[in-house]
Amino acid sequence: MSDIVLELKDVTRRFDVSQGVFRPKATLTAVANVSLQVKRGEVFTLVGESGSGKSTLAKMLLGLLSPSSGEILIDGVPIAASNRIAVARRIQPIFQDPYSSLNPRKSIAQLVGLPLLVHNVGDAASRRAKVVEMLDLVGLPRRMLDVYPGQLSGGQRQRVAIARALVMRPEVVICDEPTSALDVSVQAQILNLLLELKRELGLTYFFISHNLAVVEHLADRVAVMYLGRIVEERTRAGLFARPGHPYTRALLESVLTPDPDLGVPETHIGSAMANPMAEHAGCPFQPRCPSAIDICRTTAPAVSSLPDGWATCHLLQQEAVASL
Amino acid sequence: MALLDVQDLVIDIPVGGGVLHAVNEVSFAVERGETLAIVGESGSGKSLTSLAVMDLLPRVARRRAARLSFDGTDLLTIPERQMRKLRGSRMAMIFQEPMTSLNPAYTIGNQLSEALRCHEDVSAEAARARAIELLERVGIAGAGRRLLQYPHQLSGGLRQRVMIAMALMCKPDLIIADEPTTALDVTIQAQILRLLAELKKELNMAMILITHDLGVVARVADKVAVMYAGALVERGSARAVFKAPSHPYTRGLLNCIPVPGRTAPGAPLGAIRGQVPNLIGRLQGCAFRNRCDFAAPECAGDIHVEAVSPGHDVRCVRLEAQNRAVA
Ligand SMILES: Nc1ncnc2c1ncn2[C@@H]1O[C@H](COP(=O)(O)OP(=O)(O)OP(=O)(O)O)[C@@H](O)[C@H]1O
Ligand SMILES: Nc1ncnc2c1ncn2[C@@H]1O[C@H](COP(=O)(O)OP(=O)(O)OP(=O)(O)O)[C@@H](O)[C@H]1O
Ligand code: SF4
Ligand SMILES: [Mg+2]
Ligand SMILES: [Mg+2]
Repeated sequence: MSDIVLELKDVTRRFDVSQGVFRPKATLTAVANVSLQVKRGEVFTLVGESGSGKSTLAKMLLGLLSPSSGEILIDGVPIAASNRIAVARRIQPIFQDPYSSLNPRKSIAQLVGLPLLVHNVGDAASRRAKVVEMLDLVGLPRRMLDVYPGQLSGGQRQRVAIARALVMRPEVVICDEPTSALDVSVQAQILNLLLELKRELGLTYFFISHNLAVVEHLADRVAVMYLGRIVEERTRAGLFARPGHPYTRALLESVLTPDPDLGVPETHIGSAMANPMAEHAGCPFQPRCPSAIDICRTTAPAVSSLPDGWATCHLLQQEAVASL
Repeated sequence: MALLDVQDLVIDIPVGGGVLHAVNEVSFAVERGETLAIVGESGSGKSLTSLAVMDLLPRVARRRAARLSFDGTDLLTIPERQMRKLRGSRMAMIFQEPMTSLNPAYTIGNQLSEALRCHEDVSAEAARARAIELLERVGIAGAGRRLLQYPHQLSGGLRQRVMIAMALMCKPDLIIADEPTTALDVTIQAQILRLLAELKKELNMAMILITHDLGVVARVADKVAVMYAGALVERGSARAVFKAPSHPYTRGLLNCIPVPGRTAPGAPLGAIRGQVPNLIGRLQGCAFRNRCDFAAPECAGDIHVEAVSPGHDVRCVRLEAQNRAVA
């Protein structure tokens, strides 16, 4: 088995959006030419601006949305060539909202057992046994088997969602903001649980979050997305110590640690949100970039290699030339 | 005199199985130019407390207080008509859910102008100019064009900013912001918080900020109130509460979040075991005791408030035991 579990090759996803009755449809590019590789057993995290395409990317990895162009491979096999059910066996999601992602009319046992039923695994008794085992694993008492989601707290619902995601023993779990709807005390429990399960079951996580303190806590590698593109990909230590891309720097500067002696930092990147329907001749971040130079307006930056990853910024290119 | 003075606020909600004691004898004060942050577990009564101040509680809820005054006016006895006048002109609210205060049938421009013109006698042009100015200040580019859009045509983050602009139209004396930046990403969050701080200074505005983001609280608040299960368990300056958290729940909360540079990556985070108690029926003793590492038999009795330092109050009868354990 290869070291790479998931691979995206030049993946783009566009949407047609209506602009009103009398105007032609416009094209919105949610994900633009993304290539990345996720290694077996790592926590790969994705951060970035709201609307930058993170969830769209996650949906494509889950086979819920197909790319407009490019290819997605699981263990070297294109998703397009395998069927949905087969993909679902190996990749499972945990979504943000534990309130809407569980059907309120199904009991916890039914919810957690559903993937087993869909994939036709075992008989009723062995399925029940497996569900019990999952509840134990995520720390839910067995008396919850026959209760309904409406009777559970947010943290308990998210545990149910995790149990359901893991019941098929997937290799990869896609977590799209799994704790952002939860209290901080519940968030801590869920993050502890996810890390524990990863060690126990050797899982690979593809983890999306707005919370950079959480990312710094659990990431092995971090990719930063801006306007549908990945603008930087690094190891955790490298990214947080020496961010390469100006957008990454702005992100890190905006993190509010709980220090009462400090105020709210200035971000220097303006607040005009990026427009995914516009064409970009130069660097997509140029309109907001505090360090932009002339070439940024006209030419898209190429990839600059860094010791622990890469970033796309003209300044890095110039540094590299200068140091030759 | 404090701009807002709340003493022994109680909110009861009759429900199927009895009475839900949503807020229990909560007291706090906010001065002009000051920011009070209210933090606490989901369901601890933060939103209801602020709705009680605005007299916007759900109809079923019952409000009582020893005192509830705003700039010398007794809000407990003020006629509804006068309260309506205060709301929106001198006290404004940014709601947790933007769609609750934006009307889907009217354009943004319409709603922003109305917010000003129903309280002040200004021309349509002047109202429009103020709307554009505020939209630009909350970081909405092309504000003139946005005025013609309807709420559903905006993204969540944009709607949130429109709400903030709307609350500021009348230059209120007190602004209550319920999770104003939760739907926004971190760079936008920082910008909005800076803007609120700037306006607060400019207008000498008081602010009540409700959030469960402890980073936001530490950076923005002057004073902090921590709520748990309807009770105020700790209250003090932001410095005091963050540097010397003294209620076991506050300590637990601060241990739950990973802090870069202090929490080792991947190490288990502190967690608060157990769950929030049911608030229906008679409550006795400390509501945190089923989850507390310091709980003792006396925690089931009456809990008094103790000052750990001037202006820093804690509702716990086991402070000494805690101090011994920490030492
Ligand atoms: N079905 C769709 N039709 C049209 N546009 C869409 C659709 N789904 C997503 N988009 C657009 O694609 C872009 C990326 O959206 P996406 O949900 O992937 O962002 P995100 O990075 O997950 O943001 P957030 O952090 O707010 O969750 C946005 O501009 C969004 O409006
Ligand atoms: N209309 C209502 N009817 C019955 N119970 C209610 C009503 N509104 C609120 N409650 C209850 O009152 C308690 C306090 O609610 P409140 O909304 O103030 O919590 P909160 O601290 O703002 O929580 P969150 O952080 O989740 O917003 C909760 O237990 C809630 O379920
Ligand atoms: S009163 Fe008792 S149970 Fe409550 S916080 Fe203090 S020690 Fe814990
Ligand atoms: Mg998303
Ligand atoms: Mg609330």
